[in-house]
Amino acid sequence: MINEGVDNSKRQFLTSALTVVGAVGTGFLAVPFLAQMQPSVKAMAAGAPVEVDISKMETGQLIRVAWRGKPVWILNRTPEVLETLKTLDSKLRDPQSLESIQPASSKNPGRSIKPEVFVAVGLCTHLGCSPTFRPEIAPSDLGEGWKGGFFCPCHGSWFDLAGRVFQGVPAPTNLEIPPYRYISDTQLIIGEPEEGKSA
Amino acid sequence: MKTNWFTSSGNWILDRFPLTKLWNDHMAHYYAPKNFNFWYFFGSLALLVLVNQFVTGILLTMNYKPDAKLAFDSVEYIMRDVHWGWLIRYMHSTGASAFFIVIYLHMFRGLMYGSFKQPRELVWIFGMLLFVALMAEAFMGYLLPWGQMSYWGAQVIISLFSAIPVIGDELSLWVRGDYVVSDATLNRFFAFHVISVPLVLVMLVFLHIVALHEVGSNNPDGIDIKKYKNEQGVPLDGIPFHPYYTVKDIAGVGVFLIFFATVIFYMPEMGGYFLEHANFIPADPLKTPEHIAPVWYFTPFYAILRAIPDKFAGVIGMGGAIVVLFLLPWLDRNPVRSIRYRGGIYKKALLMFAISFLVLGYLGTQPATPSATIVARIFTAIYFGFFLLMPIYTRWEKTKPVPTRTTEHHSIDEQLPALLEEITELKPATSEIDHGVFRSSFFSRRPSPTGIRHVLTRFAKKLVESLD
Repeated sequence: MINEGVDNSKRQFLTSALTVVGAVGTGFLAVPFLAQMQPSVKAMAAGAPVEVDISKMETGQLIRVAWRGKPVWILNRTPEVLETLKTLDSKLRDPQSLESIQPASSKNPGRSIKPEVFVAVGLCTHLGCSPTFRPEIAPSDLGEGWKGGFFCPCHGSWFDLAGRVFQGVPAPTNLEIPPYRYISDTQLIIGEPEEGKSA
Repeated sequence: MKTNWFTSSGNWILDRFPLTKLWNDHMAHYYAPKNFNFWYFFGSLALLVLVNQFVTGILLTMNYKPDAKLAFDSVEYIMRDVHWGWLIRYMHSTGASAFFIVIYLHMFRGLMYGSFKQPRELVWIFGMLLFVALMAEAFMGYLLPWGQMSYWGAQVIISLFSAIPVIGDELSLWVRGDYVVSDATLNRFFAFHVISVPLVLVMLVFLHIVALHEVGSNNPDGIDIKKYKNEQGVPLDGIPFHPYYTVKDIAGVGVFLIFFATVIFYMPEMGGYFLEHANFIPADPLKTPEHIAPVWYFTPFYAILRAIPDKFAGVIGMGGAIVVLFLLPWLDRNPVRSIRYRGGIYKKALLMFAISFLVLGYLGTQPATPSATIVARIFTAIYFGFFLLMPIYTRWEKTKPVPTRTTEHHSIDEQLPALLEEITELKPATSEIDHGVFRSSFFSRRPSPTGIRHVLTRFAKKLVESLD
């Protein structure tokens, strides 16, 4: 390097300028490189609502449908279950569903539009396993305290039959309730909020 | 004239590439401590398994299809219709488990002989980065067969990111590329598993070895062999890596391959531990298997995750269990490296740690019953106690004096020539036998019942002391 008669401040300026230009260029290129990993336009569009006919459901029966690739449960709750739900508040983490995700129409103790028909996204709010439906009371593996509900086999979270989480389990919030509405008395549409209300 | 042509073409290369220098610096004139034992096989075995994974992995990509609709069937196609496809796939799947067995033993060696201590902190850090990259590689590879366990395992692990406050949900969405684990996730995991992570692994292996060859290997005595050198500057307790350790490692490779081949040919699923039963059912996004568990090598960390009854704290605990390993060189305040000269408190702590790691590993494979969760909490506390209390208990340790040179145990083979010399050479009966190897009481005295009793009591006392 020839160092005689060199204007060091000019050299320093050029080095800094080049570094800044390079950093800015790298930053701009990083945007498309990282953004291409976001869900594609096609994936974002594939959230079409699903119609479900519940006329053939028996009391106490649970059916599963796929909506946006997720399992959605529709449970026809018995009157006894609805009575039991009222007695559980003291054991639950969020009995009033204040910190949980649900449309306004389902923000009530039973977490549903019609008390007996319960609709929920069947994925545990802990790490996304699909809990198992365990309506029986006090089975041997879950113990005396079990009044019927959903049990996550992955990490042992407990939910009642309104999808409300118990205390002392890993799941932080109640099961998510998707936006849904009734087209007729026996037909549901999942993925569309009730008219006049936002999800 | 053939030799001349050969030599001249060899010289042509050597004039342009430092082949001899590289060979001498890292093999023929790279001096490793002469007292390596069984525990020093696992570094070279890890390299062997890495090569196995590369070769079989490349062959598998030739028939595998990274598409949610085709993936499961393409794996079955490899197993049934591709010539020798079953062998290649079992070599790859067994290799994954073998990799973790070898790496866990390699890491345990480091804990026993203090290989992470000054001046080898960077060797340890590069090794830990390799461990993390290996876990990422194994996790992403496990999604590819697109079975039930692949699917729900990935769902759980990706959801771990969503526990991070504020950015969590966006981050897990970005990793998945969809609202659920889907074709997009499978396709990108294939890209990561086959290209990105293997490149990172190779780079880290290079850095791990460069750092190791700069400071030299540790040894079971935990002493610095570079302190005592002969006139040529060769460590007195060192032997050239080639041919001594290349030959020793080949013997290790032979034994390893016997076990490896036994698993591949007779128990490739290892009773559901290497290939889980639920993974023979195609992925079903609507139904989680009754009992999901990660592959055995993740179960200790998985048990820690389940033991903590809070989502964010659980993820922190799981990550923390790996992060504390990175900090090991600074947590251990005792300058003595080898467990041979360390106090009883470290020996006990290390034993408790090994037990807690195994118990957590077992619990991670079992369903989360309330009693199992309590046991997991106790052993999680022991796991973290080993590391976090280390700055305290390593100061109390009563260590033994560390030798300056490697310790030797004279084998019969070494003793024989000197023994023959003593027998064949005529000496006055009164002369004392004065040869290094005969200084032990075995040669200078006739066996007497009291002597044997003394030896036995001394041995028993030493045994008790060593356990203390």
